[in-house]
Amino acid sequence: MSTKIFPKDKWVEVLEGLKDSYKVVVPVKEGDYFNFRPLENGTRPNFDFQNTRLSAKSAIYPQSERMFEYSLDSGDSDAFQMKEAEKDYSPQAIVGIRPCDAYAFQLVRRNFDNPDYQDPWWVKKFETTTFVGLGCNDPCATCFCSSAGCGPFDRKGLDVLLHDIGDAYVAKGLTEKGEEFLQKAGGKDAGKEDIKKAEALTRDVVKKMGPGISADKLKDKKATDLYEAPFWEEVAFACINCGTCTYLCPTCWCFDIQDEVQRLDQKGDRLRNWDSCMFPLFTLHASGHNPRSKKHERVRQRFMHKLKYYIDKYDQGIQCVGCGRCVQFCPVNIDIRQVAEKMNSYEG
Amino acid sequence: MIEYTEKIREIAKKLLEEGTVDVFIGYKKGSVPMMNEPVLISDPADVDKLHWDSNCGLNLCNYLTGRKDRIGILATGCNSRNIVTHVIENQIPRENLHIVGVPCTGVISHRAVKRAVKNREITEVVENPGGETFSVKGPGYEETFNKAEFLQLNCAVCTHRNPVEFDSIVAEKVPEQENVEAYKDVEKIESMPPGERQAFFRRTISNCIRCYACRNACPLCYCPTCFVDESKPQWVGKSIDPVDTMTFHFLRAYHCAGRCTDCGACERVCPVGIPVRQFTKKLNKDALELFEWEAGLDLEKRPPLDVYKVDDYNDFVK
Repeated sequence: MSTKIFPKDKWVEVLEGLKDSYKVVVPVKEGDYFNFRPLENGTRPNFDFQNTRLSAKSAIYPQSERMFEYSLDSGDSDAFQMKEAEKDYSPQAIVGIRPCDAYAFQLVRRNFDNPDYQDPWWVKKFETTTFVGLGCNDPCATCFCSSAGCGPFDRKGLDVLLHDIGDAYVAKGLTEKGEEFLQKAGGKDAGKEDIKKAEALTRDVVKKMGPGISADKLKDKKATDLYEAPFWEEVAFACINCGTCTYLCPTCWCFDIQDEVQRLDQKGDRLRNWDSCMFPLFTLHASGHNPRSKKHERVRQRFMHKLKYYIDKYDQGIQCVGCGRCVQFCPVNIDIRQVAEKMNSYEG
Repeated sequence: MIEYTEKIREIAKKLLEEGTVDVFIGYKKGSVPMMNEPVLISDPADVDKLHWDSNCGLNLCNYLTGRKDRIGILATGCNSRNIVTHVIENQIPRENLHIVGVPCTGVISHRAVKRAVKNREITEVVENPGGETFSVKGPGYEETFNKAEFLQLNCAVCTHRNPVEFDSIVAEKVPEQENVEAYKDVEKIESMPPGERQAFFRRTISNCIRCYACRNACPLCYCPTCFVDESKPQWVGKSIDPVDTMTFHFLRAYHCAGRCTDCGACERVCPVGIPVRQFTKKLNKDALELFEWEAGLDLEKRPPLDVYKVDDYNDFVK
């Protein structure tokens, strides 16, 4: 695998040059924060960020995605038939994704791509995407990736890992897809000194990481004990049941399916939209019964899913990569690190 | 306002010990800077968890809805006005409440602070003695700012800093701000031609992710089922189509007409920084201009939109 070097002042040019081969998705500053956007005319990529406000989740799994289209106009020859909506699966490269957010796709993959079920749209999008990660020289105080199965330079979810060594990026190819990206990107091979610099940086940052999440005892606890633990109402008191935590989370995958028909032409779409277990509607049955009608039941579900059910089902750690978005942006300061601590130390 | 903390603990302890209230609703210190967490205290031994500073920017009235117990609750000017509105709208009986007034000098805008330190990591924000300045600390830096220049936008134009309804109060009342230009931004939008105004609103909501944090942080939004969550019939689409998103924001704002106290919770909590008050403020301005009405100032007065007067000066009711 090759290791290349790209001077920062030429970096955007390199990305522009890749537009023929990929839909290039880059971090862009929008007002006070960053989000991933396709590199188009007028897009100004900006890699001077800690992390994007929303993860890159929507580049694989859009907040609202057309699954099928149909017509309810009986005059149409193909009326009342579901047809798969046309979608763009040309290769895309997400450039600048943080290692935690890239690793998140590996966790989500267990849900969308497993021996029993394969979600065709998620899988196609995932397979046609090249993940070009940017290692974190400067993790946030709310980051806890190193205790959540990955780390600031974790490679598991990446095809290429970029190290910011000041005036240049050292780019390490990690997979065949990544090699192909680097070939297309051009650039010179990195020198020994640059590689050394990148490696030293990695070691320093890993040492700097703050306290992590406690999850080591969760696997051995009984799910029913945790479910019935006395602290859920207290944990949930402040919760306003908004969707901030779930929508900002790179590992939350739940969706809702909706049919929308335009009254004028009777053409309709079947959409799938992100949904949130924080919303009462998420579990409302057609009968009117709601098995999670109370706030603390919904809050419990979110933490139990991330910190217990996921472990029990896949035995691959927690369903959290430690990006810290929910900690930073929960409007009422419910902190998953504190909840995990309560669960981890709970003795039935 | 951090100096209120001791007094708040003292009052809460007394209320709980004497059995005046069953529970006390306040804030505890948050785990990240400029965030505090609403907390429910029922044991007098726990009152030391209570905390107050210039980052208590949610609206505690939100936590009253549906409670049947006797409640002690902290209330700034706007929060107390929302409690009055709750009582008027029969959401909570006044006699179940012991309102502990908090004369407020405004909440710090976490966005303005992050901007001022150029988005560098913030590890601590502390209020300095006297409360006029606060210091922001992060890796390798410390800067001090004047609080008055970093208030949330709603606090900067607030004319009801002192609680309007309370049973005890944590400190002397603070002077009210005068000569504020509360509706300059609304006037700017009003003066736009319709096309430009629509483009402005479209831009404003373009990053909305429909998480409903604004609605859920709002004490007025206590409907058992919000119109956007109705499924029989379904009034609004659930994707992020701009028309549906605008429908949500506009209808919610209209639903708050004559009820909103401009507490700013909606704007504070938005994860993508939408200036949500641009919608509700227009209705506040209309309520003031058309009905000489500001919400939640008087337990005895009915709000303009739920009252019928035979001698109404408007023609349309006759």
